Amino acid sequence: MKLVKAIIKPFKLEEVKEALADVGIEGMTVTEVKGFGRQKGHTEIYRGSEYTVDFLPKVMLEVVVDDSEAEKTSTAIVNAAKTGKIGDGKVFILPVESAVRIRTDETGPDAL
Amino acid sequence: MKIKNFLLTLLFSGITFMCLSANLNAEVMLDPMASGDEDYIALLEAQGEYAYAFDFFTTSMLWTVIAAALVFLMHLGFATLEAGLTQSKNTVNILFKNVFIICIGLFTYALIGFNTHYPGDGWIIDGWLAFGGEFGYALTAAGNADDTFGYGGVGLAMTGYGDFIFQAMFAATAATIVSGAVAERVKLGSFMIFATLLVAIAYPMVGAWHWGGGWLGSLEGGFYDFAGSSVVHAFGGFAALACVMILGPRSGKYVDGKIKPILGHSMPLATIGVFLLFLGWFGFNGGSVLSANPAGVGLVFVTTALAAAAGGLASIIVSMLFLKKPDLSMALNGILAGLVGITAGADAMGAWAAVTVGAIAGVIVVFSILFFDKIQIDDPVGAISVHGVCGIWGTLAVGIWGGANFVTQLIGTLSVSIAAFAFAFIVFGIIKAIMGVRVSPEEEAEGLDLSEHGQAAYPDFAQS
Repeated sequence: MKLVKAIIKPFKLEEVKEALADVGIEGMTVTEVKGFGRQKGHTEIYRGSEYTVDFLPKVMLEVVVDDSEAEKTSTAIVNAAKTGKIGDGKVFILPVESAVRIRTDETGPDAL
Repeated sequence: MKIKNFLLTLLFSGITFMCLSANLNAEVMLDPMASGDEDYIALLEAQGEYAYAFDFFTTSMLWTVIAAALVFLMHLGFATLEAGLTQSKNTVNILFKNVFIICIGLFTYALIGFNTHYPGDGWIIDGWLAFGGEFGYALTAAGNADDTFGYGGVGLAMTGYGDFIFQAMFAATAATIVSGAVAERVKLGSFMIFATLLVAIAYPMVGAWHWGGGWLGSLEGGFYDFAGSSVVHAFGGFAALACVMILGPRSGKYVDGKIKPILGHSMPLATIGVFLLFLGWFGFNGGSVLSANPAGVGLVFVTTALAAAAGGLASIIVSMLFLKKPDLSMALNGILAGLVGITAGADAMGAWAAVTVGAIAGVIVVFSILFFDKIQIDDPVGAISVHGVCGIWGTLAVGIWGGANFVTQLIGTLSVSIAAFAFAFIVFGIIKAIMGVRVSPEEEAEGLDLSEHGQAAYPDFAQS
C-alpha cells in the first residue's frame, strides 16, 4: 500500500477530487494547511503598513491506495491540479505498513 | 395528515378570530367620541400657554427617545468595530469592556453625571466646576408641569426623563472610544476603574463647560459644538491618547523601529460596526436638535449622511493613491471621520459645506493614522485619529463654514482636549502606580480572553 500525499492550491480541490473519482479512488482525507516553497510569500498592506505573508494557504490531500494504483493516482492529481504557474504544489508517495478498517476489523488492502 | 388538519384548523380559527375582533374594533369605532374629545381638550388646557404646540411636543418627545435608542445602538457598533479590528484571542475582552461601559455609563450618569453635566445654578466655581448629586427628576410628582413644556419649552421639547435618557446614552461613548485604543493589552480591572472615573466625573464636568452653560459659552461669539465633536469625541480621543502613551504599544507592533501590523480578525464584524455607528449617528446628531423641529431634523440628517459619505470616499481615494491599495479598514475609518467631523456643525451648515467638512476629515484621518503609527502610538482601531483629531477638525470647521468664531472654536476644542488628556494622564498614571495598567507579556501573548476571562470567543477555532 502507498500513501499519496498531495499539497495543492485550495481552489483546485474540487477538480482533483473529481479526477480521483474518475480513476476509481473511493475515499480521501483533506486538511487545510499553510506553507511555502520556492515561490515564497508575498507582501500585503494593512492600515498603511506592509507585511509579508510567508505561509500561504494550501490544501493537503491524503489517499492510501494499493501499490499498483499509486502511479495512476499521482498522475490524476498532477493533471488536475496543474495551472502551470508557481505555487501549484507537490505530490509525495510514501509506503504504508498496515491499515485497519475500524468497523469490520479488515486489514491490509481489504481495508482500503 | 394529522399535522395538515391541525394547521388547517389553526388557519381557519385564526381567520375567524380576526374577523370577530375586527367587528369588535368597528363597534368601538362607532362609539360616540365626545368623551375622547373632552379628555383631549382637558389635556391641551393643562398645557397652559403651550397648549397650541402640544402635538409638536408629543412628536418631539417621541423622536428624542427614538434618537436615544439609536445612540444606544452605537454601543453595539463600537463593540463589533473594536472586536473586528483586533485579534480573535482578545474578542471576549473587548466585548466585555463594551458591556461594562454601557452599564456603568448609564448608572453613573443617573448617580452624579446628569446633574454635573447640567448643573443649572449648582456651580461650585461658576462656569468652571460643577458636581451634581443624583438624578432627581424621578422624585417629582406625576402630573407636574415638567412632564411637558414646563421642562424646556419648545426649544428643548422633551420631558426630564427624555432629556436624561438621551444624554445618558451619550455619556458612555467617551469611555468606549478609549476602550478601542487600549485594546489587547490593558488590564481589565484597571480599565474598569479608569472608565468609571472618566464617564462618571470627567465627561460631565468638562461637558458642563459647554452644554451645562459654563465658561465656553461666554467666549466671543459663543463656543459652538452642536452634538459634541469636541465635548464627546475629541474628549474621548485625547483621553485615549494619554492612556496609550502610558500603556505603550502592543508587544510585537514595533520591532527594531519598524511597524509590524497586527491584523484585525474580522473585517465583516468591523464593517457591521461602522454601519451600525452610521445608523446610530442619525440619533446622535438628529436627536441633538432637541425637538422634532422639521427644518432642523431634516437638515441634520442630510449633513450627517453627506459628511459620512464624503469622508468614506475621501479616505478610499487617499488610501488608493498613497497606500497603493483600497484598504477597507481605512474606508471604514473615513466614514467615521466624516461623521465625527460634521457632529459639531450638523445644524449650522448646508449640504455642500458638510461634504467639504466630511471629505477633509476623510483625508485627515488616513494621514493621522499613519502619523500616530510612525511615532509609535499604537491605536488598534484608529480611535485617536477618528475621534480626537477629526473631533478638533469638526469643531474648527464650524468656525469656517458654520458662522462661529474661529478663535473661540480653537480655544474651546483645545481646552476640552487638553482637559481630557490631562485627566486621563493623571488618573491612568495613578492607577498604573498603584495596581499597574498592563497585562504581563505572557498574558498578552496568550490573549486576554483566556488570561483575563478564562473564556474563548471562538472555542471551535484555533487561536490566531
